[in-house]
Amino acid sequence: MKLSRRTTIGATIATASILALVATGCSSSTGNNSAKPDTKTKITLTLATFNNFGYDDALLAEYHQLHPNITVVQNKAATSDAAETNLFTKLAAGSGLGDIEAVDGDWMPKVKQYATKFENLAAADNKGRFSAWKTAGGTASGKEIGLGTDIGPEAICYRADLFKKAGLPTDPAEVATLLSGDWDKYYAVGAQFAAKNTGAAWFDAAGATFQGLANQYANFFEKDDGSIVATTNPDVKAAFYSVLAASKTESSHLQEWSADWSKGMAKGAWATMLCPPWMLGSIQQNSPKVTDWQVADVFPNGGGNWGGSYLLVPSQGKHLAEAKQLVDWITAPAQQLKAFAVGGNFPSQVATYTSPDLLNATNKFFNNAPTGKIFVNRAKAFTFKPFKGIQYGAIMTVVQNGLTRVESGKQGVDASWAQVVSEIKALG
Amino acid sequence: MTTSTLRVKPRTPRRIAFSQQVGRWDIKFSPYLYISPFFILFAVVGLFPLLYTGWVSLHHWDLIAGEGPWVGFDNFSFVLGQQQFWIALRNTFSIFLLSAVPQIVFALLIAAVLDTNLRGRTFWRMSVLLPYIIMPVAVALIFGQLFGDKYGLINGILGHVGIPPIGWHTDAFSSQVAIATMVNFRWTGYNALILLAGMQAIPRDLYESAAIDGAGRVRRFFSITIPQLRPTLIFVIITATIGGLQIFDEPRLYDQYGTGGADHQWLTLTIYLYNLGWGQLDFGRAAAVAWLLFLIIVIIGLINLAITRRIASNEGRI
Repeated sequence: MKLSRRTTIGATIATASILALVATGCSSSTGNNSAKPDTKTKITLTLATFNNFGYDDALLAEYHQLHPNITVVQNKAATSDAAETNLFTKLAAGSGLGDIEAVDGDWMPKVKQYATKFENLAAADNKGRFSAWKTAGGTASGKEIGLGTDIGPEAICYRADLFKKAGLPTDPAEVATLLSGDWDKYYAVGAQFAAKNTGAAWFDAAGATFQGLANQYANFFEKDDGSIVATTNPDVKAAFYSVLAASKTESSHLQEWSADWSKGMAKGAWATMLCPPWMLGSIQQNSPKVTDWQVADVFPNGGGNWGGSYLLVPSQGKHLAEAKQLVDWITAPAQQLKAFAVGGNFPSQVATYTSPDLLNATNKFFNNAPTGKIFVNRAKAFTFKPFKGIQYGAIMTVVQNGLTRVESGKQGVDASWAQVVSEIKALG
Repeated sequence: MTTSTLRVKPRTPRRIAFSQQVGRWDIKFSPYLYISPFFILFAVVGLFPLLYTGWVSLHHWDLIAGEGPWVGFDNFSFVLGQQQFWIALRNTFSIFLLSAVPQIVFALLIAAVLDTNLRGRTFWRMSVLLPYIIMPVAVALIFGQLFGDKYGLINGILGHVGIPPIGWHTDAFSSQVAIATMVNFRWTGYNALILLAGMQAIPRDLYESAAIDGAGRVRRFFSITIPQLRPTLIFVIITATIGGLQIFDEPRLYDQYGTGGADHQWLTLTIYLYNLGWGQLDFGRAAAVAWLLFLIIVIIGLINLAITRRIASNEGRI
């Protein structure tokens, strides 16, 4: 018998349906906000994160020293997707989540629908800790269920060697001047670059570039009331068409996060890419032998934020007061600076932006670029909060698929857009 | 005294009657009792979820929030009205045929070879099982290196020969061939071992007398081995069908997103189910797909059984 294949799906359906039954019956929520942390008994708190949050053993040991009765264990999921599946499955089950769960900003809207299943984390000492848009992203109908960890203010990363080959300036300051302007400016320089036939493309993929554009509008896919406007909003269609127009000559057509994309990065398949701080780690990991990466303090059309996460305390946990205390501590500016030093996770805490620890930070791999100063500037360039509703992730997937279809030569732009529209309508 | 004998007499037959009754129960019911653990277990982990999924499919049902209002067959009509469902159905059958058919043919050939007097028999038999032990994730990683569109090994080799690269992640058929290859890699050896076990049970004197009558190797294979393998073959084909129609791991791991491709090139029914249930958190619609898939498998299983029976019994008359 083909046990594995049968049981995987069979078991999934079986457990899920049983779990759903359990969930309806016994979703207990002990929302006791006034509970004082217990300091007498020894307990273990589980902190579920994904990728790399920059929380190393030293940081967790430090908390253990401050609270000798509390041991913190971190469970790391490999990817944001894995963490998402895990969170929703166990939320449905009504048990099994960590005392603290990390949630990616991109699927936070989906989680916010179930705000009743999480604790309110608003406290006197964390008020005003984050920029306003970050706090708003973690708040569901007045209840602050998530405290921010990092944010993703975007800059431009580029390959100095390829710039030199194309006769463009290579110094970060000069590149910043060269690229300052709107997206048309970015594409125009790209056309100039492409005309030199260096063998490399200007940017990695239409999908990645589209992410940069999408994060610059207040209501790109959805209105504040959650109604979907993606198919009628002229900005979406314009962005879709303009990215694909540039993509013809300027993109490497390698879909983001694919195996080819990772290899393309090592082989110098493109010269520039949109670069939130967490992307630096990804670049270093994928192209460790390349010595010519640089970061320029510039971003088309001002600023943009891509990514960044929150920490939440699920109400199903056993040690709610202690968990809240830990979230409060670990998202405080001092701890976030340590996480930045370890994992490069750029702080969402406004107080850190004046800290010398952050401002003097440099990145060795990016030729000692003053990444601290650059990303503080990029964070300041980004002031408003784009609305992301429940369907944001699903719509983004549909649009990204549409971009990929055109880039892979499967469809023309018009046919692809028509399919995007019909698929978004089917989401309702 | 008559009274005392009378008192004793009716008692004794009653006692005999009872023990006889117990004995009769023992004969009648104990076989059922012995096989009941399987059926009790099946009722709990098989039948109940199946019926419960049916219940879920008739409701608006959110993965987290749980049961919503009764919607009748709305979930089914929604799913059947979606183009994606039909694409998924097509892909499922296509991947199933691309994997099941070569899988069984090759498994049969490998088993026939292993059934001969090879040197180091155990070594060869264990090696065909090796791919089965490898985790699907690892298989996907290995084949991901082979089937890269731009920097993959296969397209690299084709490029040297001067053949244009194959769109492993863009073209529907190519992507399905790639996925079927992964499936075949994992399951062929496993099926071969099951068929081998069946072959070993065939009486050797059949072959001997056929050989004396002048039948060659090929003739013996088709006239003795295959008809004698009938029950094993039916088992292998039916499990391959069920497995093939529920294929999930390989298409899910085929690219970085696991949602079936930009143009749904390798979106199978189980992936579609997963996208609905865990992507859009709509458990009612996911349950409707699960039930449709169940019905499809039952129908295909019955057709399968009829055909296999027929073929095997026609050839079975020696």
